[in-house]
Amino acid sequence: MLGWEMIIVALQSIRANFFRAVLTMLGIIIGVAAVIAMVALGTGAQRAVNEQLENLGGNILSVRSGSHLFRGVEKGDIKLNLDDAAAIERDVEAATAVVPETSGQIPIKMGNKNRTVTVVGTTPNYDSVQKYELMYGRMFTRAENQAKERVAVIGGDLPGSLETAPEMIIGQDLLIKGTSFKIIGIFEPKGTIGFGNRDEYVWVPLNTAQARLTGNKDLNSIGVQISPDVPMDIAIIDVERVMRREHQIIPGGKNDFTLSDSKQFLSMQQEAAEIFSYLLAGIAGISLIVGGIGIMNIMLVTVTERTREIGIRKALGATRTNILLQFLIEAMALCLVGGAIGIALGASAAMLMASLAGWSTPLSVSAILLAFGFSAGVGLIFGLLPARKAAGLDPIEALRYE
Amino acid sequence: MNTAKQNPSLIRIRDLSRRYQMGDTTIEALRSVDLDIFPNEYVAIMGPSGSGKTTLMNMIGCLDSPSGGSYALNGTETAGMSDTQLARIRNREIGFVFQTFNLLARATALHNVELPLIYTGLKRTERLARAEKALQQVGLTERAYHKPGEMSGGQRQRVAVARALVTEPSILLADEPTGNLDSKTGHEIMALFDQLHAAGQTIILVTHEADIAEHAQRQIHLLDGQIAIDTGKSNLSREAVQ
Ligand SMILES: Nc1ncnc2c1ncn2[C@@H]1O[C@H](COP(=O)(O)OP(=O)(O)OP(=O)(O)O)[C@@H](O)[C@H]1O
Ligand SMILES: [Mg+2]
Repeated sequence: MLGWEMIIVALQSIRANFFRAVLTMLGIIIGVAAVIAMVALGTGAQRAVNEQLENLGGNILSVRSGSHLFRGVEKGDIKLNLDDAAAIERDVEAATAVVPETSGQIPIKMGNKNRTVTVVGTTPNYDSVQKYELMYGRMFTRAENQAKERVAVIGGDLPGSLETAPEMIIGQDLLIKGTSFKIIGIFEPKGTIGFGNRDEYVWVPLNTAQARLTGNKDLNSIGVQISPDVPMDIAIIDVERVMRREHQIIPGGKNDFTLSDSKQFLSMQQEAAEIFSYLLAGIAGISLIVGGIGIMNIMLVTVTERTREIGIRKALGATRTNILLQFLIEAMALCLVGGAIGIALGASAAMLMASLAGWSTPLSVSAILLAFGFSAGVGLIFGLLPARKAAGLDPIEALRYE
Repeated sequence: MNTAKQNPSLIRIRDLSRRYQMGDTTIEALRSVDLDIFPNEYVAIMGPSGSGKTTLMNMIGCLDSPSGGSYALNGTETAGMSDTQLARIRNREIGFVFQTFNLLARATALHNVELPLIYTGLKRTERLARAEKALQQVGLTERAYHKPGEMSGGQRQRVAVARALVTEPSILLADEPTGNLDSKTGHEIMALFDQLHAAGQTIILVTHEADIAEHAQRQIHLLDGQIAIDTGKSNLSREAVQ
């Protein structure tokens, strides 16, 4: 019998018992949906992480004052200052650039719009080290920093949040903590990295910030760009050594600063995505096995129900192979129809997740082929036993079956 | 011997037996049957219920295998044949009209008649053309798209006959083909059989009715699994002697 005939017979028999077929397919549907979601999540998360890594640029080590957990709460918190930054630049060989930062949540005003945003005081090398591109205008200069000029560069999302167009905002005045700053540049948005949206920050020269906004010489953090030839863990030891010396911490004493690798939170994110992927893989595996057993069960029932039909077909000239293929194809058709529904379901779930996480739609042809392969494989493996049972029936006994 | 070579038996059965084991008792459905049937013979098998008529038909139709003895079809011994070879014989050489019709309940008359041709490997258009022709032969053209459940017993019987004829088999086996028909349709079917026989068809049919058996040139009476009377036997032995 031609394969095409068998496919038609298989589909007809699925249609004849449609409700039963759908129930049977449920395991396969869930399993395949999980496979699709898993692959989509995995590649989507990986792509997002890679994008962020690219945006982060070179290896940046961040030195912060105090301990992370109790920052600002501990009394007598030892602050960082420009001397620390200078010492790192001078004594840490692997440091290719140092970017001191002071920052705070500060109210800003433009026209009649008020916002409270993070304002960062930093040096003019900030954009090149942190890999920011300018959308309009320019970065402030060393001269402007030294002269404590009131100029500001803003994040790419800020014009939108102030309800103006980016190209209109250059040269306008921005009130930061009541002081008027001139906007000279806008960065291209980078998208969310870790916590907080940096595309809504405002950057001003460090000296201006210390004089006009914070009123002290403290720094919140010092970004240290590490040469790509030096492994991060070695650079960390070197920076720690210099900082302990600067802060005169006795051997065995606790650090009054923290060091963090900018990529740490990304690997955390990656790990979370991985764990979720494994979970989905587990669900997929178990569902496919349970679904396969369901298929086997229903196929055994079908073979028993259709014993007479098998007898008739054999009496009219069907070979063992004809019957075997007919029931194998039926099992596979069940699985493939279930697989198709599962793909649709998994794809919707993946697209929903992607849009929630802000990723591009990560559906791939290979994932769909993989899912189809899985369902066909399940049909083949679990359909074999019932199909063999059908093929082995004795024609006379099958014809006498009531 | 010379004549036998020139006109070899289509069916050659020797000392054939078929036993069923039912717990402790053994049922001998066929016992030591010797039978030769030649091409274009028209044979009626008669006998009381349970005498082994259907069992013998199943043997001839290669649906069942003997417990003892031999059966050669067209000069080839069937005992050593593979499943595929037997399936091929059932498909190409044998047209079987079952006592209980054995139609696919979910399929239309047309599809039921088409079924054996699927296993022959014919193309769909060819299959449908031949199935329609066979239905026309039994006068059921207008019921082609009805399912067995929507047909009378006689109509089902005729679908079964059409299905047996559609492959143009060398042997037509009919197990009580008129058992469910009124005498008018019964005679129509028998007229069709006579016509087929006149065109060269070999026919073996099982019947209880003497007037149906009259259509055949040769009557075989089974009793308790053995051949009690074979009206063709004298003829056969005469040939064998020559
Ligand atoms: N599968 C089987 N298992 C056990 N006994 C069987 C089986 N098939 C047939 N028999 C027995 O073999 C004997 C012959 O049966 P068969 O069906 O050949 O009779 P029959 O001549 O066709 O009768 P009827 O005219 O009623 O159709 C019967 O005694 C029957 O009980
Ligand atoms: Mg019978």
